[in-house]
Amino acid sequence: MATGAVQQIEEILPFEAQAEIEGGDVVLIDTREPHEYEEAHLEGGKLVPPGLLADQIGEAAPDKSARTILYCRSGNRSAIAAAQMEALGYENVASVGGGILLWQEQGLPVVAAHGMTAEQRERYSRHTLLPEVGVDGQVKLLNAKVLLLGAGGLGAPTAMYLAAAGVGTIGLVDDDVVDASNLQRQVIHNTERIGMSKTGSARLFIEALNPDVEVVEHNGRLDAGNILEVLDGYDIVVDGADNFPTRYLLNDASVRLRKPVVSASILGFDGQISTFVPFEGPCYRCLYPTPPPAELAPSCSANGVLGVMAGTMGTLQANEVIKLVLGAGDPLVGRLLLYEALGSRFTELKVRRDPECPICSENAPEIPESEMGQFPDYDLFCAGAGGDR
Amino acid sequence: MATVRIPPVLRPKTGGQAEVEAGGADVGEVLRTLTAEHPQTAEQLFGAEGELNRYVNVYLNDEDVRVLNGLETAVKDGDTVVILPAMAGG
Repeated sequence: MATGAVQQIEEILPFEAQAEIEGGDVVLIDTREPHEYEEAHLEGGKLVPPGLLADQIGEAAPDKSARTILYCRSGNRSAIAAAQMEALGYENVASVGGGILLWQEQGLPVVAAHGMTAEQRERYSRHTLLPEVGVDGQVKLLNAKVLLLGAGGLGAPTAMYLAAAGVGTIGLVDDDVVDASNLQRQVIHNTERIGMSKTGSARLFIEALNPDVEVVEHNGRLDAGNILEVLDGYDIVVDGADNFPTRYLLNDASVRLRKPVVSASILGFDGQISTFVPFEGPCYRCLYPTPPPAELAPSCSANGVLGVMAGTMGTLQANEVIKLVLGAGDPLVGRLLLYEALGSRFTELKVRRDPECPICSENAPEIPESEMGQFPDYDLFCAGAGGDR
Repeated sequence: MATVRIPPVLRPKTGGQAEVEAGGADVGEVLRTLTAEHPQTAEQLFGAEGELNRYVNVYLNDEDVRVLNGLETAVKDGDTVVILPAMAGG
C-alpha cells in the first residue's frame, strides 16, 4: 500500500528544495486541495490535487525526466503522489519532508493570502483562479487606489467593474447631480437618486456591490488650484472628463506626478481609448497638441451618445486599470484604440512620443518645486473648443 | 485609390459617408481629392496656408503622418487614410 511506496521515494528538506528551486529547471507541484493552495503556496507551485493527479499531472509536468519536486501540507500526500508518479514513469521525483508547514516554520517565503478573509477568498475566487491574477494579484487590487475623473457615461461602468473587482479605494471627482437624461448610460445611478450628487449616488451603488471598497468623494471640479492635492495618494487616474480644459490639466499634472492615466472619450457611436504612462509612452498632448474648435468637438449633450457604447469604453478603461495594477498583459501604451459601435469595428493606431512635446519631451523644461502647482490658463488655451464647459 | 475614413463630426460635410475613396500619390493629394469632392471638409482640415490644421490627426494605415513624411507621405493603392479629431465626451 501507500506506506510501502512512501519509504522508497526521495524525501528532501525544505532548504534543499528551495536551493533546487532557485537553481531553476525544477517542476514544482502542490499536491493539496484548491482551498489550501489559495491560503498559501510556494511561488511557482502548480496545483494538482491528489484526486486529480492521474488526469492533470501530464499537463503540469509534461517531461517525465525533468526534476520534479512535490509538496503538500506536512509531507504525507506529496509522498504518496510521488510514488504514483514514479509508477507513471516519472524518473526524478522528490517530496518535501514536513511539507509547507515545515517550510514556513523555517522562515522560507510563501505566496500567502495575506489579509484576505474567508469572504474575500470566496468573492474573488474566479479572479484568484486565473494565473495572471492569483492571490497576489487580488491583494494588489485590494490595495490599489484609483481616481475616476467623472462619474458619468465612462465613469459609471468603470466604477462598477473596478468596485466588483475589489479595487480597494475608488475616488470619484464630479460636481454634477444625477439627471434623468443620464440614466440611459450612467448605470450606477438610478431613478430614485435623480437630484442626488453623482459622487453620493456612486457611493451608494459601490458600497452595496462591494463592502471591501472605500469610496472617496471629491464633489467638485478639478482645477489648477486643487488638482495636485486631489491626485495625491492615488496610483492610477481614469479620465472620463467631459471637457478639454480638464483633460489637458489632468495630463499636465499627471505627467508632473508621474501617474498613469487611462483616458477614453466618447461621442455618438464612437469611442477612443489609450493609456498614458508618463515617460514610458506618449502623453495626451503628444497625441493631441491642441484642442479642436467647437464645431469639430460637440458635446454628448448636444450631439447624443449611444449608452451601451459608453459602457463598452468604460469597461475597456476598467480592464486597462486592472492590467496596470496587476502588471499583466499589454496596456494601451503608445496605442490608440478606436471603437465604432455602428460598424462593430475596432481600429488600432500608433501614438508616438512627440520629441517637441512641451510637457513630456526630454527638452521640456524642468519644473521647479515652486511652480509644481501652477498651470497655464486652460480655459483660454481651449477657448472655442468643444465639450460641455 | 485610398480609402479615407471620415470621423463622425465630419460626416455632415461628406453627405453622411463614413468612407470616401480618393486618389492621389501622397497623403496631401488624397486629402485634396477629398476636399475637391466635398468642399466643406476643406476648412476643417487645412489652415489658411494650406497646412494641415494642428488639431486634426491624420494616419496612413496605423501610423501618424507627422512621424512619416507629413502630407508628402506616399500613398499606395488600398491604403487607408484615417482622419481623427480629438473628442472630449465622457
